[in-house]
This record gives sequence, structure tokens and C-alpha cells, in this order.
Amino acid sequence: MANRQATGYTLLFATAICIVCGILVSSFAVSLEDLQDENIALDKQKRVLEAVGLLQPGEPIDEAQVAERFAPIEPVLIDLASGEAVDGDTATFDQQRRARDPATSTEAPDNLAKVKRIPDQSLLYEVRGDGGELEMVVLPIEGLGLWGTLYGFLALDADTTTVRGITYYQHKETPGLGGEVDNPRWKDRWPGRKAFDDDGEVRLAVIKGFAGSAEEDPYEVDGLAGATITSNGVTNMLDFWLGENGFEPYLNRIRAEAN
Amino acid sequence: MAVKKSEAALDPLFNNNPIALQVLGICSALAVTTKMETSVVMCAAVIAVLTLSNLTISLLRHQIPNSIRIIVQLTVIASLVIVTDQILKAYVFEISKQLSVFVGLIITNCIIMGRAEAFAMQNPPSLAILDGIGNGIGYSAILMVTAFLRELFGSGKLYGYSVLPTVSEGGWYLPNGLMLLSPAAFFIIGGLIWALRVYKPAQVEMDG
Repeated sequence: MANRQATGYTLLFATAICIVCGILVSSFAVSLEDLQDENIALDKQKRVLEAVGLLQPGEPIDEAQVAERFAPIEPVLIDLASGEAVDGDTATFDQQRRARDPATSTEAPDNLAKVKRIPDQSLLYEVRGDGGELEMVVLPIEGLGLWGTLYGFLALDADTTTVRGITYYQHKETPGLGGEVDNPRWKDRWPGRKAFDDDGEVRLAVIKGFAGSAEEDPYEVDGLAGATITSNGVTNMLDFWLGENGFEPYLNRIRAEAN
Repeated sequence: MAVKKSEAALDPLFNNNPIALQVLGICSALAVTTKMETSVVMCAAVIAVLTLSNLTISLLRHQIPNSIRIIVQLTVIASLVIVTDQILKAYVFEISKQLSVFVGLIITNCIIMGRAEAFAMQNPPSLAILDGIGNGIGYSAILMVTAFLRELFGSGKLYGYSVLPTVSEGGWYLPNGLMLLSPAAFFIIGGLIWALRVYKPAQVEMDG
């Protein structure tokens, strides 16, 4: 065997280890990529179903059932600035990547949700009834919490004001505190609240303490105990994404079409 | 150095527990023990990585140049951890989402590096595997006890099932929020170390 301390041997050994480890890691990454992408896509679909109330949180459900329940839900790609639907591949659309690319996004004005860049297009979901009439829209929302950005969905009624549900599919909040955004009991507090007041201003907010029923306090939702910053983050992201830089043009179009 | 097979596998449980005696790998023990479900997956991942890295390092121990041995160990460990992370993402997506960065942080888990350097570099593969399994289980034992206590008192649940119905679910138990924060794991692990040293006074470190 070669001298273990020789420089040449050391270099050779290091190179060999790198190549072997590199091949090992990349072959696993490549071979498992499809499965992982499927998982991510499926997880997102489950969260959309939760937002519109077609799936109970924690309910075991397989892929076929997800596809079945997803039947009335149509993914729609829109141009955020105009609110008009645009053509595009909804299956491969990646809003986070689009928001990072300067060619497909614009810098966001200073905002409390700490959204840095706004993508030019967004993928949302329209839920239609048997007769094809619009029942709900599901809007993707994101914004800064305590530890990082929360990504989720807000389901609004066809009246564009009444909340039907909210879910988060990706966040880094503390389990038990900010992580309670995933708590079904908290999410149950949302349906029936009003996102906009009579003047069309975004008014829905997560408050400190308890809010009454949806009839008594239509613009307020219970705060998460011990998670003021996460609670405020939720308020801020609603404010941003329902506002003029978010889905306001789209919601205006829906309102106009309804009349 | 003559190490018996049974010693290699069993010593790390009580006599030479990686967390309780060597006080290694505390970081992940704090992070993933709020729930038993995530802890189980974390333990399985650590046992797998530790065993395989010990095996690999032990097989290569006569080939690894001394001057770069640490970085070689790290390369092997990092590769194994990334592979583990990829497998978790592909097959147990929901749990890997909750474990988030902590699987990746197994790379920096001192137990794995410590066993590679202290044991696998000097011992044949069969012993190194047993040592890996033993230390992995020793680590897991502490993690599971910590997770059991934190989940029970922090959210009134065990393995996701309600045991103590909490006030927010309409029951009587007011969860101890501290249990869900990292300091709670410090208290529990500290308590475990204390208990173990009362039981085995030989582990007490003497001053001077």
C-alpha cells in the first residue's frame, strides 16, 4: 500500500471520496425527485381542500380521493396587476420561483407582510358548483411571521368578502405557539368572518384575546396565545394580499362579473 | 484495544450514554422533542446514519490519510445525512416537513462525528456497527423520554392522541407552554442526567 502520509496519496484519496459521495448523493436526489415533487404537490392540494372545507384536518386521505374531491376546483392563472386570467401551465407554475426572478416580478413597496417581490402572475383556485357558477375563490397568501415566511391559502366566498377558510402549508413558527396556525380549532374560528368592510377596505385582523362569533365580530379573529408576532403576521399578509398590490384587481373583476 | 461486542452495543445505553454522560448531541435533543412522532423519525434517522457512518469509516480506517481524516469523516456523514433527508422527503413527507432543518443538522450532531473519530477509526466493522446501533439507541432513549414528557405536559397528547384533554379542546388540562420551548428539554435532560448519576455514582465528575 502507498505511503498513507504522502501528499499524492492524500489528494487521490480525497478525490476518490468526493466522487463516490457525490455520485451517491446525486443518484438518490435524482431518483427520488419525482416522488418528492408529487408529495409537495399533493400536500398543497390537501391544504386547498382544507381551506374550502372539503377535507377535515388530519383526515387520512389517499391520492385518488384528493383528485376526486378536487374535481370542482379549477386552478386559474391570473395576471396580478390586471386580475385577468392568462394562459399557462398550471401544473408546473411555481410562484415562489417566479417572485425571485426579476424578469417575472417587481419589487414590492414597503409593506408590513415583508413581501419583497411581487410575481407578475399568480395561481389561484376557483371552486364552481354543479351549474358552473362560482362558489369560492382560493387565494395563495404569504407573509413574514416570527421565524420565517408563512405560506398558505385563504378561501373566500363568491361574494369576495366572506371568509370560508384558511390554511397554511409551509411555515417555520414555534410548535405550540405560532405553529398553532395549523390548529383546526383556530382555523374553525375563520369561516363567516368578513375580509372587507362596507367601504371595501381590508379590515379583517387577528386580535389579542378572544373575538366573538362571526356575527358579533365579523372583522376580528382570536389571537394565538403566546404568538403575537405570528398573529400580526397573519393580519399583515391578509392586508397585503387582499390589497391593491395583491388580489384586489382580480376580486374587483369577480365582483363586476357577479353584477 | 479489546472491546467486547456486547459492551460496544450495550455500554452506550446507561454506562456511557452519549447524551447523559458524554453530553453530546444536545442541540437536536432540544429541537425535535416537542412531539413523540417527530422524535421517533429523528431517532431512526440518527441510528441509520450513525450505524452506516461507523461502518463506512471503519472499513476505510486503514486507507484514510491521517492529515485529512476529520474532513473525510465529515464528507461521509454529510452524504449519508443528505441521502436520509431525501428518503424522508420522498416517503414520510408530512413528518419530514415538521423535522425541517433538523435532519440536515444531523451532520453537525457531535455524537456521529464523535463515534467516527473515537471508535470507528480504531475498530473493525462488526464492532463499529454495534457501537453505532448502541449509541443511536442510547441517544434515542433519552430523546423519547424527553419527548414523552414534553408532549404529555406541553400539549396533553401522546403520539398525537389526546391523553389529557386540554382547555382549548374543551377539557380540563391547561398545557404547560414552557414544555414546548427549548429550555424545557434542558430541564428534562438535566433531570435525567441527575437521575442517572444518582443511580450510577461512578459517572459523577469529581472536581480537581
